[in-house]
Formats: sequence, C-alpha cells, structure tokens
Amino acid sequence: MKKILTYYLKPYYRRMALGFVIKFIGTIMDLLLPWALSHMIDQVIPSGHREEIFFWGGFMVLCSVLAVLFNITANRMASRVASDAIYTVREDLFSKVMYLSCQDQDRITRPSLISRLTSDTYYVHQMLARVQRLGVRAPILLLGGVAMTMILDPVLSCVLLATMPLLAAVVVAVSKKGIPLFASLQSSVDSFVRLVREDIAGIRVIKALSKEDHERARCDKINREVMEAEQKANMTTAISNPAMNIFLNLGLVGVIIAGAYRVNAGTSQVGKILAFMTYFTIILNAMMSISRMFVVISKAAASAGRIDQVLSFPDEREIRPLEVGNNNPEQAGPMSGCPHIEFDHVTFSYNKNQPNLWDISFRLMKGETLGIIGSTGSGKTTVINLLMGFYRPDQGVIRVNGQDLASMDLHELRSRFGAVFQNDVIFENTIFGNITMGRDLGENQARKAVSHARAAEFVEEKGGLEQQLDIRGANLSGGQKQRLLIARALAAGPEILILDDSSSALDYKTDAALRKELKEHFQHTTCVIIAQRVSSVMTADHILVLEEGKAIGYGTHEHLMKTCPVYQEIGNSQMGG
Amino acid sequence: MAGRGRTRSDAGMIPDEKALETIKKRKGAILRLGGYLMRYWPLLTLALVMNIASNGLALVGPMLSGYAVDAIEPGLGRVDFPRMFRFAALMALFYVASALLSYLLTVLMISVSRKVVYQMRRDIFDKMLSLPVGYYDTHQTGDIISRVFYDIDTVNESLSNDLIQILGTVITVAGSLYMMVVISPWLVLIFFVTVPLSGFITRYITSRTKPLFRERSAKLGRLNGFAEEMVSGQKTIKAYCQEEDTIGHFLKKNREAVEAYYRAEYYGSIVGPMVNFINNLSLSLVSVFGALLFMAGRMSIGQISSFVLYSRKFSGPINEAANIVSDLQSAVAAAERVFKLMDEEPEPADSPDAAELGKTADGSQTKPVREHVEISHVDFGYSPQKTILYDLSLTAAPGSLTAIVGPTGAGKTTIINLLMRFYDPQSGRILVDGSEIRNLTRKSLRQSYAMVLQDTWLFYGTVYENLAYGREGISREEVIQAAKAARIHNFIMGLPQGYDTLLLEDGANISKGQKQLLTIARAMVLDARMLILDEATSNVDTRTETQIQTAMRKLMEGKTCFVIAHRLSTIREADLIVVVDHGEVAEQGSHRELMEKKGFYYQMYQAQFQ
Repeated sequence: MKKILTYYLKPYYRRMALGFVIKFIGTIMDLLLPWALSHMIDQVIPSGHREEIFFWGGFMVLCSVLAVLFNITANRMASRVASDAIYTVREDLFSKVMYLSCQDQDRITRPSLISRLTSDTYYVHQMLARVQRLGVRAPILLLGGVAMTMILDPVLSCVLLATMPLLAAVVVAVSKKGIPLFASLQSSVDSFVRLVREDIAGIRVIKALSKEDHERARCDKINREVMEAEQKANMTTAISNPAMNIFLNLGLVGVIIAGAYRVNAGTSQVGKILAFMTYFTIILNAMMSISRMFVVISKAAASAGRIDQVLSFPDEREIRPLEVGNNNPEQAGPMSGCPHIEFDHVTFSYNKNQPNLWDISFRLMKGETLGIIGSTGSGKTTVINLLMGFYRPDQGVIRVNGQDLASMDLHELRSRFGAVFQNDVIFENTIFGNITMGRDLGENQARKAVSHARAAEFVEEKGGLEQQLDIRGANLSGGQKQRLLIARALAAGPEILILDDSSSALDYKTDAALRKELKEHFQHTTCVIIAQRVSSVMTADHILVLEEGKAIGYGTHEHLMKTCPVYQEIGNSQMGG
Repeated sequence: MAGRGRTRSDAGMIPDEKALETIKKRKGAILRLGGYLMRYWPLLTLALVMNIASNGLALVGPMLSGYAVDAIEPGLGRVDFPRMFRFAALMALFYVASALLSYLLTVLMISVSRKVVYQMRRDIFDKMLSLPVGYYDTHQTGDIISRVFYDIDTVNESLSNDLIQILGTVITVAGSLYMMVVISPWLVLIFFVTVPLSGFITRYITSRTKPLFRERSAKLGRLNGFAEEMVSGQKTIKAYCQEEDTIGHFLKKNREAVEAYYRAEYYGSIVGPMVNFINNLSLSLVSVFGALLFMAGRMSIGQISSFVLYSRKFSGPINEAANIVSDLQSAVAAAERVFKLMDEEPEPADSPDAAELGKTADGSQTKPVREHVEISHVDFGYSPQKTILYDLSLTAAPGSLTAIVGPTGAGKTTIINLLMRFYDPQSGRILVDGSEIRNLTRKSLRQSYAMVLQDTWLFYGTVYENLAYGREGISREEVIQAAKAARIHNFIMGLPQGYDTLLLEDGANISKGQKQLLTIARAMVLDARMLILDEATSNVDTRTETQIQTAMRKLMEGKTCFVIAHRLSTIREADLIVVVDHGEVAEQGSHRELMEKKGFYYQMYQAQFQ
C-alpha cells in the first residue's frame, strides 16, 4: 500500500493537489447553500427587500453551477490519475512476472500470480479512483459541514458534535466485526468454488461410481455454510445505516430542543435551525460514504500488499552473469574438440533439501542426440530446466560450447534453443503466430517447419497458417498440438533441440515418421529428447537412464541393453523382447 | 438458397422475431425468479408491510420538525415550549421506530434472498450432476462456475437491495410529493422544472455510459485473459526470449483497458455532481419562492423547513432510479444465464420399468451375473450430423480381455462412453448378459464397472477418502491392501500424514504418475465385475507399469475387461483386439491372428520399433 501511494502516485502529486483544491472549492460551494438559506430567512426576509431575495437566490444558483463544474473537473482529473497510475503498476507487475525466475514463480504459484495481475490490480484501481473522489469529498463535507454549523451557532453545533463519537463508535464497531466475517465468508466461498470445479472435472468418475447423492450432500453442506456465513456478515454490516440514522436524527431533535431555548433567550434565530437540518443531512451522507470507503480501502490494502510482494522479488535480468575468467576459451565459436553441451558433476535441488539431480555428467558433441529415460519424478525435466538456465545448479558446471552457463547472458543462451516442454502451451493466436512466437521468421520457414513436424496435413485441413487457434489450442487434438509445438521448436533452425515428452499423444506411426524427418533434415542440430518409450530414444547417440535423480545408466541402446538392468526392464516391457 | 435466406432476414423479419424471443426469455426469467421468491410469500408480505411502515414513519419526521420549528418561530421569549417538546419527542420516537423497522426489514430481506440463493445453487448443482458428461466437454468450466457463483450473486444482490429500494423509492417519492402538495401546491411547481431536467440528464448520461461500461468490462476481460495465458506459458516465452515482446503486447492491452476505464469514468463521474446539482437547484428555487410566499404571508418558516427536507427526500430517489433500473437489467440478464444452465437437457431418466443389472425385471430374485457384453450394429455421433462410430459390433465373453486400439481420434473413448451409458447410441443395441442396457438402471449398470481413466481425478480430501470413494463402509485394511497392490503404499506412507494426508486441489501436491496409481488403487477397492481401463497407465513410466503388472493382472482376473492403450506391448495378451479407425472396426482378432494378417495392426505394431 505504501509503495503504491508513494512511488506510483508520486509523479501525479501535483495533479492530485490541484484536483484536491478544485474539489475543495466545489465542495465548499455545496456547503454554502444551506448557509445562504438561513441568511435569507433570518436577515433578508425581516428586512422585506424582494430584490435581495432574488440576489441571494441567484447566489445559490451560482454556487450550484460552480459546484457541479468544479466537482466534475476534479472527478475527471482523479480518474485520469488513477488510470495512469494503475497503468504503470500493471506494467511493472507484468514485466516483473515475465522476468521472475522460475524459483520465485514456484514460490508464489501461477494462479496466485494471475490473480495478482487481474483482480488485485483492479481493486487498487477502483480504490485509487474512489478515494480521490469520495474520499476527498466526504471528509470535506463532514469537516466543512461541522465548521459551517460552528460559524452559524457554536452552541448548537456542540449538540451535533456530541453525536460524532457515537457515530464513530458505530463505524468502528461494525467494521471491526464485519471485516473478519467477510474474510471467513470469502474462504467458505473459495471452498465452494473448489468443490464445483472439482466435480466438473470429475463428472465421469462421479457418474461411473454413482456418487451423485454423495456429491449432492457435500454440496449441500457447503452451500448452507456459505449461506450462513453470508447472512451473518451482511446482517452485521446492515446495522450501521439504521444506527447512524438514529444517532444523527436524535442529534437533530437535540438541536431543535437546544435551539428552542436559545431562540427564546434571543441568542439564536430560527433560520439557523433550518440550516442545521440541511447540514445534518449532508453530514449523515458524508459519514455513510466514509464508512463505505473503509471497506474499499481495506480490500485494496490487501491487494496492494500482494502486488508489492511480487514487485519486491528480484528480476531475472538482475542476476548478473558470473565473471568466469579462466573458463572462456573461445569467444569466436566452438573449438573443434570442445563438446557442444557438457554437464560436469551437476547436483541440484528445488527445495535445497532433497537433491533432485545428483552428480550428473555427460558430454554431447555438435549434432549428437541425447535420450533421457526414467520413471516419473526421476529428474528428467530437471536436466532441461538447468540446461536452459531456468534454474542454477547447486554444484557442478554446465557448459555450452565450452562456456560456463553461469557466465552467459540468458537471452543469448536461450536463443540457441528450440524447445517443446511437457504440457507446453498453445497461445490464442494464428497457427503462424504460434510457430513464429514473435521471432523474425518468414512464411517459408514456418511452412517448412510445419512439414518437418508432420503437421502440414492438418494445418491445411484447419484452414492454413493464418487460421486462428482457440485459447490453449482447444480446437486441436492432443496429437495436433504436439506437432504444432514441434514445428515451433524447429522453425528457427535451432542449434539445440529440446523435446520433453513431446510425442506422447502421437501414435507410433506418426512418431516414427517424425523421428525420420528429424534425422534427415536436422543432422547438425544437437538434440535432447525425453521420452517414456524406448523406441523414441533407442536411436540416440547417448541415452541417460535416471532414477531418483541419479544416473544409473549411460550409453547407447545396445550398451544399456547389456549393462543396465533397469533399461533392460523398460525395453523388454515395451517391446516384448 | 442460403444467400437468399440471409437477404430476407436482413430485410427485418428475423430480427423482429429475435427481439420478441429475447423479450419472451426475459419475461420467463422474471417469472421464474418470481417463482423462487413466492415460496417465501409470507415473509415477503411482512417485508412489504414493514417497508411501507418504515418509509411512512420516516416521512412524518420532516412534518414534525416543521411543527417544532413553528413552535419556536415567534422568537425571543415567546417560544411555545410544551408544543415544541411534544413534537420533538414525537420526532425522536418516529425516527427510532423507522430505523428499527428498516433494520428488521433488511434482516428479513437478507434471509429471504439467502434462502433463494441457497435454493438456486442447490437446484443448479442438482442439474449439473444430472447433465450428460458431454456437456462438460463442450462448455468451459470457468463459464459454468461464473454462472453458479457470480451470476447468482448478482441476482441475489439485486433481490436484497433493489427490491427494497424500489418499494422504498415509490413510497418515499409518492409520500413526500403528497406532503409537499399539502404544505404548498405552488412550490411543488418547481419540480415541474427540475424533475424533467434530471430525467433528461440521467437518460443522456446512461445512454452515453452504457456502451462505455460494456466496453470497459470487455477490455478488462481481454487484458485478464491475456495475462492468464501468458503467465501459464511463461516458461515457453522465456525459452523463446519473448519477454519484451510479450510485455509490449500486454502494454497495448493494458493501455486499451485503462483508456476504456477512463472513458467510462469520464461520463460516469458526471452522475454524482449532476444529481447534486439538481438538488442544489431545487433548494435554491425553493428558498427564493418560499421566501416570497412567506413574505406574502402564505407560508410559515416551519413549512419552508419541512418543504426543504421533503424536497431532498423527493429528488434523491428519482435520480437513484436510473441506477436501480440498470442494476435490475443486469440481474435479469444474470438470471437468464442461470436458468439457461438449469434448462439444459439432462441425461434421460431411467425408464420406469428399468431393471437392476443382475436382477430379473420383476424384482428381487438375482440371477448370476456373467458379464457377457455385446455391442451390436451401433451407430453414434455426439451431434446427429457428425457420426463418430459406424455400424460397430463386438462381443466380449465373460472374463475376457478386450483391447481397443487405433490412432488418436478414431473413437476409442467413445466406445467406453457408450458402454457406461454416458451416451445412448443412435441406433443398434448394447447388451449385458442379454439385457439391453437401455432397460437397466444407470446406477446398477455403472456400478458393475470399475473404471480407470487417462484423466486422473482426485478431490480435496485425504488419501484414504480418495481411495475409499467408490465403496462406502470399506475397512482401512482393505484400502491399504489395494494400495499395496497398486504399488503406491510406500509412497503414501512417505507422505507427512500417511493415509490421512490431505490431497490439495486436483492432487496438486503429487505427480501425475502417482495420481494415476492412486486411481488404480481406487478401482481395485471397488468390487466391480467388469473393468474399463482407458489409457490407465499412460502417465506411469513403463518400469512402474511392469511392477504393477501383477497387480493389474490380479485386478483383471476373472473380470470382463476393456482396455484402451497406446502401448501395444501392454495388450498383446488380450483375448480380442479390436482395431478402430475412423469410427469403424478395421480388424479384430487375437494378436497372433492380426500379426499374421499383416494389416493395419501389423503396421502400427511395427511402427513402434522403427
């Protein structure tokens, strides 16, 4: 909250101050009206000058016009400031999210990042706009109203002021009780949403097991819970309006009684009582605005805190490449004998507790293929994550063209890769846009990539490269998605190709054809292929067999079939050999 | 033909019908909403009475204050204290009573609207469970969720606030108008100027802002969608070094969203000051003319005072009315979306004479279930225009293993959908033990199957609850035994609380392969006599698969099994292999027969070793 107020609003302080002044004048205009009325009744009418009545009437209309003009101007200025400020907040937040290291992203989690970008920024925007508008106006009306009554009649105004502590007590008590009630309501609603989402996902299982009644009962329970929580929260906050009404109106009665004595004693006039009544209405409305403002601000403060938290994470770009002096043998290109990719005793752990990779070493020459195979959770994907610089190894060195990864610029490193990840994403874009991914690639290159990825047929069927795809590629089958992703990886003629379980939805025939294609057209590309099928990796130059993060076999298919029992087991189970 | 049809609709025939249709729909939605409310008609009647009473009481206030002021008016030394006190006491009484009533009214309406919402959510959830599974394949989860929660909330908000407000508004406006006429018919003429003026202004503003607000939501939605998509694909964006580019796209959408917000605010922010302006204008005019009337001796100060207070009461709600109307419009639109979901076609009910599988049609006597499954000349498509399966026939003998293989999209999963009666075929029959499954209760049919699917589904609950899900009252021992058989027991014991560990939403805290093992264990817990495995082990690595092979064999022992698998090695021992291609049975037979035939199966099988 503080950062948003100080850092992001700072450029607008002047405009805000100007807006504040304009708003202030406009609001004062509003406040002058009841005073003019009382003046008319107490001074003008007894004097009996009709012209003066029209003069003061004209004065009131003038005040009204000025009030509306000033208030609208101030409101527009406030909206502009809020919009401009939130634009910058979103810009910084999104840039930060894009450059967040994978480690930090894991920590915050994706759904949370998304909600910070969407609903949290929205709440802050709403707050900035509203607080500048009502948040300024309401206190001015409140204080101004009190001040005006003080000028009119300080003694009567004390009667009114006596109700203020009571009103404040109502606001504080209700929000103190109400806010936690709303918080617990929110968590009930969250679990209700989760249940519905879950049941939609599992509808087949629920029906297959005839568990509809069970789910109904589960739903009913939480539905009731939400209902009760909501009722409690709403009924609590509903107290504030009638309670404030009672106190203010009782104050009004007090003013009439006190006023009666003062008028009788000749220390006050009847017109003033009349003006007091109007100021009361203004003050009452201002109080209600302020109590609503509390809700908006407390909601936004939570959101601002969540935004701030993300902004305080380091930027991936700020992690400077290490200066590794001794280890930089070739600036002008790979030395002839130097391996293209090298893992040198690499150990890594995501949680810095249990290692996910343990002392992994391998070397790939340019144009060679590495196959990685192993059971779920054995660390296959971790190898890729380290190789592409998403994470840094805890121990050991990774070298590309003999250069330590830690000393390389991440963009420079990643531009050498074409990669398909496990559960990779298709964006809501054209097929062409999904293949080029914003890279400077021509249609020819895209077409070639599509044909290499054996996707030409269905791309034509879908309506060509310019065909728009749905979000997450919902209008493609699993196999089609994978082929499109492979086309994306191949399109720029990458130096290194990464395929992480990227052919699991392809039937064997397509898979085999694809492998043949790679072999023919990409023989100079170094490949790292992760697969579950032995058939996908058996032709690789080297195969790494992982189990629980350790290398339990390394070599060619033939070698492993002889020496590595685990590999034998996998091979036999799949090929029936 | 099609072209001509379009021209005719352009000429205006269809749009008229369409407009009529929307009006009809809207009316229907309002009526049905009314139906929900009417269940609580005694409470609503009470609310109505209280509403009238509370607003009426509040209306008396200014009148009383006017009398009190009149009692003070004579001024110095001549204030009529007893009269003033009487009216002051009455004022206090009326204001307190009015506030209490209004609180009671709010409480009443909150509880009515809560009950309505509870009932609506219950009905909609009931409906959701009875919809055919295909509904969820074609409708976005996010959209359904937003109907169940946000749309119903919108309806509720409008029920609990707007209804009261409308009633209150009518009473306040009518009441204060009446009071003002009583006080001074001449001064009321002022409102012939200000009311049309404010009507004109609100109309102008709403007509301007409505499309702007719509655009604002649309632009914000687009921005949010983009952010969500990009965060999900962040790793890919990094891999292709597209961070800057993506930020650029985001900024463009951000700019659009911010500008749309500003444009809507630009006009929206006029409303408050304008309403205020009209009020101030009325006050000015009332003051001037009131003063003139007073000087002419036709009005007392107390009357002017009451009139001013009434005029504030009068013009406030009229300006609010525009807001309430737009609120109501969005509530009706939300109700339409809710009712649309409620009106979806459910799975057809079991026929009244449906028998339980394993029992004779007339009741209790059981006959031994053998699980002989026969599919005979079945045609099926999810929509009538697009047939997916053509003339499909196959027979599975009791205790046999039938494997269904074929390329992606050939219709394998569709066969399972038919066997489970998630759908009924358009023509042809499916028989279990000689009875057509249309004549069986869905429950008895589905319970005779255990099913493990490619999409593993676990819910928010403990491991134990997840495993025991399919069979109520099963002992912990049996669950543990199944887990051991599925080779997941050791993993479970390694979790912080063992079998009592809470699985997070969609099992987010365990890997895909482990999830699949858990669902296999869940199927093992079931004591079903038939088994369906749809890519059941696709996420389990082959080594683990080999390890659970024994358990799977045990699971399948003596049961009629249907297996779908990519890995052809896993199904070589099947009694019958059915090769499906483009919705038709291309070949069927045993592994050996099909290999000898050197047809489609042979090719597929060879492909995996190339």
